[in-house]
Amino acid sequence: MTDTSFVLPLLLALPVLGAILVMLVPREEHGLHRGIGLVTALATFGVALFALALFDGEEAGFQLVFDLEWIAALGVHFKVGVDGISIWLVMLTAFLLPIVLLAAHRSVSHRVRDFVAIMLVLQTAMIGAFVALDLFLFYVFWEVMLVPMYLLIGVWGGKRRVYASIKFVIYTVVGSMLMLAAIFYVYVQHGLTTGEYTTDLVQLRELVLPYGAQVWCFAVFALAFAIKVPLFPLHTWLPDAHVEAPTAGSVILAGVLLKLGIYGLLRFAMPLFPLGAAEAAPFIAILAVAGIIYGALVAFVQEDIKKLVAYSSVSHLGFCSLGLFTLTVQGVSGSIFAMLSHGLTTSGLFLAIGVLYERRHTRRLSEFGGLWKQMPIFAALFLIVTLGSAGVPGLSGFVGEFLTVFGTFIAGETFPAGWDSYLPAPKLLAAFAATGVILGAVYLLYMFQKTMFGPLDNERNKSLPDVSRREITVFAPLIAMIFVMGIAPRPFLQTAEPSVDRFLTMYESKLTQPEAVTPYAVEFDEQGNAHRREQPAAPGDAAAERDGAGDAEARAERTQR
Amino acid sequence: MTRADLADLAPLAPLAILAVTPLVVTVAISVRRHHALALGITLAGLAAAVAAVPAALAAAPATAGALVTVDALSLSFTLLIALGTAVVALMSRPYLARSERRPEEYYVLLGIAATGAAALVSTEHLAGVILAVETLSVALFGLIAYPRDRAGAIEAGLKYLIMTGAASAVLVFGAALLYADIGGLTFDDIAARASGGFSVVGLAGLALVIAGLAFKLALAPFHMWAPDVYQGAPAPVSALIATVSEGAVAALAFRMLSATGALTEPALAAIVAGLAVVSMAAGNLLALLQTRVKRLLAYSSVAHFGYLLVAVMAAGPLGVEALLFYVAAYFVMTYLAFGVVTALSGRAGDADALDHFKGLCWRRPVLGIALVLSSLSLLGVPVTAGFIAKLYVLAAGASEARWGLVVAIALTTAISAFYYLRLVVVSLSRPAEDPRGDDRSLEAAALLTVLVALLIALGVAPGILEPLATRAADALF
Repeated sequence: MTDTSFVLPLLLALPVLGAILVMLVPREEHGLHRGIGLVTALATFGVALFALALFDGEEAGFQLVFDLEWIAALGVHFKVGVDGISIWLVMLTAFLLPIVLLAAHRSVSHRVRDFVAIMLVLQTAMIGAFVALDLFLFYVFWEVMLVPMYLLIGVWGGKRRVYASIKFVIYTVVGSMLMLAAIFYVYVQHGLTTGEYTTDLVQLRELVLPYGAQVWCFAVFALAFAIKVPLFPLHTWLPDAHVEAPTAGSVILAGVLLKLGIYGLLRFAMPLFPLGAAEAAPFIAILAVAGIIYGALVAFVQEDIKKLVAYSSVSHLGFCSLGLFTLTVQGVSGSIFAMLSHGLTTSGLFLAIGVLYERRHTRRLSEFGGLWKQMPIFAALFLIVTLGSAGVPGLSGFVGEFLTVFGTFIAGETFPAGWDSYLPAPKLLAAFAATGVILGAVYLLYMFQKTMFGPLDNERNKSLPDVSRREITVFAPLIAMIFVMGIAPRPFLQTAEPSVDRFLTMYESKLTQPEAVTPYAVEFDEQGNAHRREQPAAPGDAAAERDGAGDAEARAERTQR
Repeated sequence: MTRADLADLAPLAPLAILAVTPLVVTVAISVRRHHALALGITLAGLAAAVAAVPAALAAAPATAGALVTVDALSLSFTLLIALGTAVVALMSRPYLARSERRPEEYYVLLGIAATGAAALVSTEHLAGVILAVETLSVALFGLIAYPRDRAGAIEAGLKYLIMTGAASAVLVFGAALLYADIGGLTFDDIAARASGGFSVVGLAGLALVIAGLAFKLALAPFHMWAPDVYQGAPAPVSALIATVSEGAVAALAFRMLSATGALTEPALAAIVAGLAVVSMAAGNLLALLQTRVKRLLAYSSVAHFGYLLVAVMAAGPLGVEALLFYVAAYFVMTYLAFGVVTALSGRAGDADALDHFKGLCWRRPVLGIALVLSSLSLLGVPVTAGFIAKLYVLAAGASEARWGLVVAIALTTAISAFYYLRLVVVSLSRPAEDPRGDDRSLEAAALLTVLVALLIALGVAPGILEPLATRAADALF
């Protein structure tokens, strides 16, 4: 344990302390509740920045590790740490919370104290799930998240909030209880083979389970995580939850919670059960592509803007799942990048919908139109967020989608010997996924056109005020980050890369013979042309493309060495 | 009497103090009828029993005749029983003050029930089991039917009398068959025969003993009495049955199954595993349909003793630890749930319909939070004691490679989310009108606050029970 090990516990403790403080303030002092909440969230973000500053981007292993024995009888530890992948997700979580609290200023007007406290507790649980390095600890945070989220939908939600919140919980609980049983299986197997009963992820990763057990355990883990993502046929809870949740709930749900599904696959399910993951990869990849297309098509026909964005999440998260299972550097990095970008852009979209809903108390597309004339500043903000989500080059959405599609395209050739049928017809999958990119642009621009362009013919829209200064403050950091990630994706990808490399190397070494180490670098060079060929096809900001390409080349060099 | 003689008595002190307490209360009542006095003596007796436990632990194990065996396991459970009875007594005071004119004898019965339960966990002899079970049951009849003017209570008391009579008959018949087969009734006698294989008669005897205990634990398919009795009995008594009575029987079942080696017999192991799975499934599925909170809690207890049976089956140190933790956690969450019901119950009858609990979090925050937390804990959500308890049971099941049971726990827990969350939803929904005549005393709120703190403490730092569990495990294995 190093002297910096206090950072992550501090990061986890701060929001809870803030929540306790908020609960001690009398019920009527709404301003004070909001103030404490915002200050706590900003302080947490400050600590997260500090953690990022301490983080060594060259290092692949876990850093800032804090380890404390928790349930001695079961060998459970309170062990937390971050690597290049989780540090960004922690940053995303810490970044979004102040924004959410500020945005909820008007929309949440009753039970403000409980709202702020719940958001802060949720913050701890989410960060905890990202930094947990012990399977039980992860499970604890994973389950704890459920309660505040449930309350958020169930108490501050819309008309059908009880239905939506119960549906959300049932889906999640079914998955997570089975996962708990699988965790126990791994725990006992590790105890039986090594004599040491532990739930430490780093130790459990070394365990090689028999083939059948791996398939079963992966299936159970993947079910829990796929529900959260949500992967295509398991997504039905998401639109309901989004539609009923208050804006703050939607932002947290789309911005952070869904990422936990992908993160869980990446951090736990795949490293623990590589053979199971390899067997499941074709199915998951096909479902992911199906989700990309299905989500996009269903989004296109929605009348409710929030449902439209909810289905767009199904589509976008499809890219993340797909990228992960390509098992290429590009795909996995792209998946992580797409998660971060989706966290920013979709949060922006939900906040924009919140702005409209607060003014009109409706989310029907047909009620809007021509708002550009009435609310020019809002229109500009909304446009940037929409384009960012649609994956226009120069904004954050492009890099992630491009890398995942590219990773898919080369997946078949890059994967190690003996597993050449790892993904069926990767080029076809990539083609379909690319169609999803186009469809994404179609439904998002359709949404934008329906609300912002056209004649301002609805009487009730003629008196809408433009965004207030507070609302601009809410959007400003999001939009700044959407630009930063779009124009300069390199720092984000670079920090994650050693961890991604390590993830892939470990994964492969468990699948194949030791001599077949990392053939993807060589294969990558052969595909370099394909990479360059695609570039002109994507119009727009050349700077971002150069950046993306340069980055990919740098990565290729590194892996060759 | 020399010092050495006194030291010999130390292990028996907690049980003896528990047995003497109701007698003292009886005498006190005959001198002067006073509610607070009866409660005070009972609490003092329970406190003395708790205080005697450390000294007893230091001197354990010990035996007194063939029927009483005191070791770390029995003392751990005696501690839980004494503390649990104290909580029930505290919970009952405002309840009785509101609804009873002559509440004093209630505490006599409470003391007898605690004695029976403590005797039940301190025996390794089937005759001791039968005596203790009867002591416990007789006290419970009286307690269940204590509100004589309520038709529901009399009916519940009668139902419990008949069902428990049947259960005792089964138990005694089983013991008789065992005696016929092996000529002894101690667990050691049975264990000696178990290693050589049981005859059909012996096997049938053991199966009947298990069935008798399953009645007492309200395990499905022997659970029919539970919902009616829980509903009809006064709320604190329902809590007593769910915790002290069933907890003691569970501890005895654990001791009997591990000491006799009965589970090495595949048929018996299958029976016990079957009881566990059926209880989990039946308890949780039947609870789904309930709109009466006390019935719902009854079915929930059926399911929980199904889970607990998985720990009971895991003979070994982990099993002891799981059992002790689960029972302790279950005590706390049950007292919270029934404490809320008790506090909301007025003279007219117990709060039972879901409507009584509507908007509880907003109009009575302490009760609301207590109910929400106990529901979440019963469901097994982390940071509450219920989660760690479930973890222990899963670990116990996994360590014995009973994967079927582990998966059954996982799936039925998912089902249980429906009805536990309904309680949460109801307490969080828009406030209904405040019913009159319920308990607004500081006493109830203080008790619930302490229990909430305990629930969270056990969930965050489960290590606090560790020393006791280790002692109990060392004593047995």
